[in-house]
Amino acid sequence: MAYSEKVIEHYENPRNVGSFDKDDPSVGTGLVGAPACGDVMKLQLKISDEGIIEDAKFKTFGCGSAIASSSLATEWVKGMTIDQAMEIKNTQIVEELNLPPVKIHCSVLAEDAIKSAIADYKAKRAAKHSSPAKPDQTTAL
Amino acid sequence: MSLKLPIYMDNHATTPVDPRVVEAMLPYFTEIFGNAASRSHSHGWTAEKAVDTAREQVAALMGASGKEIVWTSGATESDNLAIKGAAEFNRDRGNHIITAQTEHKAVLDTCKRLEKDGYEVTYLPVEKDGRVNPETVRAAMTDKTTVVSIMLANNEIGTVNPIAEIGAIVKERGAIFHVDAVQGVGKIPFDVNTAKADLVSVSAHKMYGPKGVGALYVRRKPRVRITAQIDGGGHERGMRSGTLNVPGIVGFGKAAELCAAEMETEGARLLALRERLRTGIQSQVTDTYVNGSMEHRLPGNLNISFAYVEGEAMLMGLKDVAVSSGSACTSASLEPSYVLRAVGVEEEMAHTSIRFGLGRFNTEEEVDYVIKLVVGKVNKLRELSPLYEMAQQGIDLKSITWAAH
Repeated sequence: MAYSEKVIEHYENPRNVGSFDKDDPSVGTGLVGAPACGDVMKLQLKISDEGIIEDAKFKTFGCGSAIASSSLATEWVKGMTIDQAMEIKNTQIVEELNLPPVKIHCSVLAEDAIKSAIADYKAKRAAKHSSPAKPDQTTAL
Repeated sequence: MSLKLPIYMDNHATTPVDPRVVEAMLPYFTEIFGNAASRSHSHGWTAEKAVDTAREQVAALMGASGKEIVWTSGATESDNLAIKGAAEFNRDRGNHIITAQTEHKAVLDTCKRLEKDGYEVTYLPVEKDGRVNPETVRAAMTDKTTVVSIMLANNEIGTVNPIAEIGAIVKERGAIFHVDAVQGVGKIPFDVNTAKADLVSVSAHKMYGPKGVGALYVRRKPRVRITAQIDGGGHERGMRSGTLNVPGIVGFGKAAELCAAEMETEGARLLALRERLRTGIQSQVTDTYVNGSMEHRLPGNLNISFAYVEGEAMLMGLKDVAVSSGSACTSASLEPSYVLRAVGVEEEMAHTSIRFGLGRFNTEEEVDYVIKLVVGKVNKLRELSPLYEMAQQGIDLKSITWAAH
């Protein structure tokens, strides 16, 4: 299968690879997908008290399109507010990377990863203000 | 000598035509172009003579007689003709067919078609090492079993089945034994009499011959009869009509002759290359698993899973090397290889498998280049892999409830 130039570019030079401390209260972690399906994305967002995404990191187990989708997602969300990041649609990723139909699920996973990371951050914040119990998402990591 | 890129290591898919084969074929396109079925002039006679020489050459590779060879368009047609032909011919004796889950699609889908036509098919499971246990064949056989179809060697994991043991069991019960020998013949010793095979499918392009030509061995003593699947001029003793592809057949013959003459030295050379590749990779990369038996295996095959690294991403990184993956990430179903699943490889590991198929034209220098490339890419992709990170942190990946998508 032929990959688009943009997919190859992200695959060869992935942006923002790495991890933040998942226990840092300013970090939201999203872990989506499943090894048995051949795709797992971990996306982490470092979010300021004002709700601005200051930094993002990812690690992905998956094909080149999955790696490119998550790499692109980290680039896009940096500097966005939480609400803006929630607005990112998988179709925008498909368009930017010229993903073929068979790879659309990679973009869906990237969108899910952003939403999951934000949900984790919000749950952490809520927990901080109420009970000390940790949400499921982070204990899984 | 400098390396020519990309390096071809997908010799289970197809092989390049040996230049000696091309040379043998060339006159048969222009000078000796006759129809082998023309009986009234020398053009036809010369073509027929060349076809008969090729029959002997292909037959000799498997201890058969030239009279037992039926030319086809390739192994898919041979498998169809063998299974459908034998099942139909023996329809009044029974309607049960036995095959294995790891067979090639040409066999499996032929069986599925027959199921729609009222036949019953048993798809035998295989052992963890990828081989069919002969006792499972014995247990599956009934009075209604007419055809048993088991492959010589597997196209994905290269495992070699205990064909002679299976053949003995099949013949005890008087059923027809078909062997899809596409991946094994020409590479490892195979004899139709030792195997007790009645029907054997082979293909030219897997043994450095041209594409578009195959053969079906049909036993004469005792005579095995099959119903033709293509009707027409009654060529090939009525079993397969159609004008013979004379240049292709001549090439197949030459290719078979070369495989027979060079099998021993070439087999040893390929085994050494394969082991160089395997040990080269495994000594530098942790958490790799070879799929299928190491003992009963084609010398040129290495099917290996690299934990935590998705196969298609590996292929993308190995763009200078032509190999294939058990990860079916490109298919709409997202299902990994059914062969790996049948040998009990878990889905997450099946997604990480790469098949290397070494062949006649691969060199040590190429193997060394590929080792270096593979090691570098696995390390790079593991740096990118959340699964590798979690494994390094001592997290059991199985303890996590993954959201299937």
